[in-house]
Amino acid sequence: MASADSPADGHGSADDVPLAVELRGITKRFPGVVANRDIELRVRRGEVHAVVGENGAGKSTLMKTLYGEHRPDEGQILVDGREVAFRSPADAIAAGIGMVHQHFMLADNFTVLENIVLGSEPTRAGRLDLAEARRRITDISDRYSLGLRPDALVEDLGVGDRQRVEIAKVLYRDARTLILDEPTAVLVPQEVDELFANLAELKREGLTVIFISHKLDEVRRVADSITVIRRGTTVGTADPRTTTARQLAELMVGAELPSPEVRTSTVREVPVLQMVGVTVTDAGRRPVVDDVTLTVREGEVVGIAGVEGNGQAELVDAIMGLRPLTAGSVLLGGEDVTGWSTRVRREGGVGFIPEDRHRQGMLLDAPLWENRILGHQTRPPAVRGTFIDRRGARADTARIMREYDVRAPGPDTLAVALSGGNQQKLIVGREMSAKPRLLVAAHPTRGVDVGAQAVIWELLKDARAEGLGIVLISADLDELIGLSDTLHVMLRGRLVASLDPRRVTPEELGGHMTGARTTAGAA
Amino acid sequence: MSGLARRLGLSLLGPVLAVLVALVISAVVIALIGEDPIEAFRVMVDLGDSPSQQVQSIVVVLNRAVPLFLAGLAVAVAFRMGLFNIGVEGQYRMATILAAAAGAAVALPGPLHVLLVVVVAMVVGAVWAGIVGVLKVTRGVSEVISSIMLNFIALGLASFLLTGPLRGSPPGASIVTTSEIPESGRVPSLNGLLTALGLAAPRSGLYGFLVVAVVVGVVVAVLLQRTRFGFDLRATGLSPSAATASGVDARGMVVKTMLISGGIAGLIGLPDLLGSQYDYGTEFTAGLGFLGIAVALLGRSTPVGIALAALLFAFLDRAALPLQFADIPSSVVTIIQGTIVLAVVIANEIARRLALRSAERAGASAGPGRDAGGDDGAPPPPGPDGGQRVRTGAPGTPEDVQA
Repeated sequence: MASADSPADGHGSADDVPLAVELRGITKRFPGVVANRDIELRVRRGEVHAVVGENGAGKSTLMKTLYGEHRPDEGQILVDGREVAFRSPADAIAAGIGMVHQHFMLADNFTVLENIVLGSEPTRAGRLDLAEARRRITDISDRYSLGLRPDALVEDLGVGDRQRVEIAKVLYRDARTLILDEPTAVLVPQEVDELFANLAELKREGLTVIFISHKLDEVRRVADSITVIRRGTTVGTADPRTTTARQLAELMVGAELPSPEVRTSTVREVPVLQMVGVTVTDAGRRPVVDDVTLTVREGEVVGIAGVEGNGQAELVDAIMGLRPLTAGSVLLGGEDVTGWSTRVRREGGVGFIPEDRHRQGMLLDAPLWENRILGHQTRPPAVRGTFIDRRGARADTARIMREYDVRAPGPDTLAVALSGGNQQKLIVGREMSAKPRLLVAAHPTRGVDVGAQAVIWELLKDARAEGLGIVLISADLDELIGLSDTLHVMLRGRLVASLDPRRVTPEELGGHMTGARTTAGAA
Repeated sequence: MSGLARRLGLSLLGPVLAVLVALVISAVVIALIGEDPIEAFRVMVDLGDSPSQQVQSIVVVLNRAVPLFLAGLAVAVAFRMGLFNIGVEGQYRMATILAAAAGAAVALPGPLHVLLVVVVAMVVGAVWAGIVGVLKVTRGVSEVISSIMLNFIALGLASFLLTGPLRGSPPGASIVTTSEIPESGRVPSLNGLLTALGLAAPRSGLYGFLVVAVVVGVVVAVLLQRTRFGFDLRATGLSPSAATASGVDARGMVVKTMLISGGIAGLIGLPDLLGSQYDYGTEFTAGLGFLGIAVALLGRSTPVGIALAALLFAFLDRAALPLQFADIPSSVVTIIQGTIVLAVVIANEIARRLALRSAERAGASAGPGRDAGGDDGAPPPPGPDGGQRVRTGAPGTPEDVQA
């Protein structure tokens, strides 16, 4: 059963064995954003405990807190029943907590043995004691059936083997509790099976595993208990034996919808964006966007749902001209723009709210009025001919700040000084000011506070009513369902389902996103 | 305090602190080698007794500052884009020898002759730097590596040209040079201007190229701060990913920036060539390209800052000779210059963090109703200078410095 909103129920175990890890009321704030709020987590010794939640829900922040990478603003961390305060990962390691990162941190040109001992080398009389290192690594490998070859070069290893080396690194440092951050994200199914076998070994030896994931089926296979995080806080715990993936999805995405349900369709007939058979391949010639055909009409919000990393970012790049297409074409208002540069496309009326505003949307060390110019370097009011119109840019920045409620001292303030929500409102205001035909909005409300979120939603709705076509990519299912006129689900680079947002429920959508449901079940 | 004054103060704080720290360290070093630091500093600031000596000293400083300024500009243009053009040394050496040869080979009426030399120098410098840009864009070669390597090639090639095809000095001469540029290709000195101002006539001429340098400085300042191209360039330096997403063609920008940087680098040797040497030889001023990196760092990659930094370096260089007369090792000057650069790198980073922190505090207190409410009512500083990352030469708000 799933016991929503009462975290304590799931762990009413009567035994007096102290919990391996317990977090009480953890709150972590970053400027302008509360990443974690009142987190409650109880992990028993010797279990595999899954922490699930959407991307951006605050899982990583929480694990960084537990691993000592930053300190919580409020709350307590207890390890084996004793309260601890980690100042650095070294403290966490000393307390027996180890982290296996999603992105491996291995030196390719070192052997397995060298990588494992790196940073805590056994020495004898000041010299590296390879014999001792080899003995301990072989011991760990045998005990947990990791099958390590100490002398193999890491660059010759496959992904699964590398992950086992990472796990061995943590075990070598005498970790009793292992945090695995999205360990299956990089693995193929067979490797996932091997990993789960390894986890079973760890469990058998009495170690504790905290398993971060958003893949519900995997979580249900491997976990002994589950804690669900949504929007920065723990919303419940679940027993994987009695909880269905559907119930989990419900917990994960929340049931409530954000906006008033009264929706009048503003969709017109004229298409603004057409993508025909668009395929984008990565460096290894693997298709990351696979034969996507998509139409966005005037006044239409087309939502793209999907678990992150299924090609959404590359789809955005393809629309913006940031990444070459392997096949297919992109049409803007009926005109083939496949060969156009990003700048020409922007001039042609494409607005862009990027997924990572710090990386793609702003110049953090520049004042707001220069950020107003960014992406609009060729258009008034920021520019006159070949020259920058500073007065015009400053005045228009002041207008955006007023109209879009950007809270900052003035146009000369550095962008870095603004909270995430205010930065995002500036970006939205900037893109809207150019009167685009098409807006590509990737996670437009990610990492912004609730107030700014509501403002941005209203802005998007108003613009849609005025005939703007919007491509909305989001991990927030409420947002997708609440705003979209048409909803596509993207899985492994393909659009696998088209749903009616008026009828679909978050849990149905979640099912499609994880591939648990097939197109046959779609509306 | 007005916003402008405050910003000026913040952007000057780093370099001024750095110079002070460097002076203290240098004083300690001078004391350690058994000399009197006070005496050394006195010798360095002593410009001479008679008015004509003083004017002469100032002319020497200015004449040294002009090439340093140009070198600093060449480095800074690339810096602002996030490119580290270490190849300025090779670019100006190649440009100078070819420009000297071209100037000596033709006979044209006055201004045209000078113009030809300038154009040849700029084109050669741009081409030499352009190689770096093209290699980076097409093959992904780091501009640091390729520009260093091209320095070696340039120096070797210049030596070959000088001793071979472009040799103009008679065989057996102790100094090998190119042929001399005729009168029509020389830039007249500004000494007439000095005497018109009622100053004593100096022994050597004040380079007329000073005017060109000022013009180049103004053009670069306008280009960087006021034009679309400059905006694209600075945006790329601040955040390549954001610039690309905004529609900047990053590859094209790399090549264009290197061409501009190299074009300016081509001018570095001309003040000496057209103002006093009239030929390129084995004794021609070397090392200006590397000094330019230090000058650009000290001047925080802004034209006005670079001008001040070039004057400071030139002033220190002038002191080398008087120091020797006073039996104090002239390498004191090099030590001071070195410590200034080190100190400025550190001071800039500290200033950047301070500015960032105060900016964040300002932002936090500006937005009511958020969780991270400001803990104090700190007044919001109006856009403090963001300091400068050494890696990119990122701008703060230097446009106000020039205003």
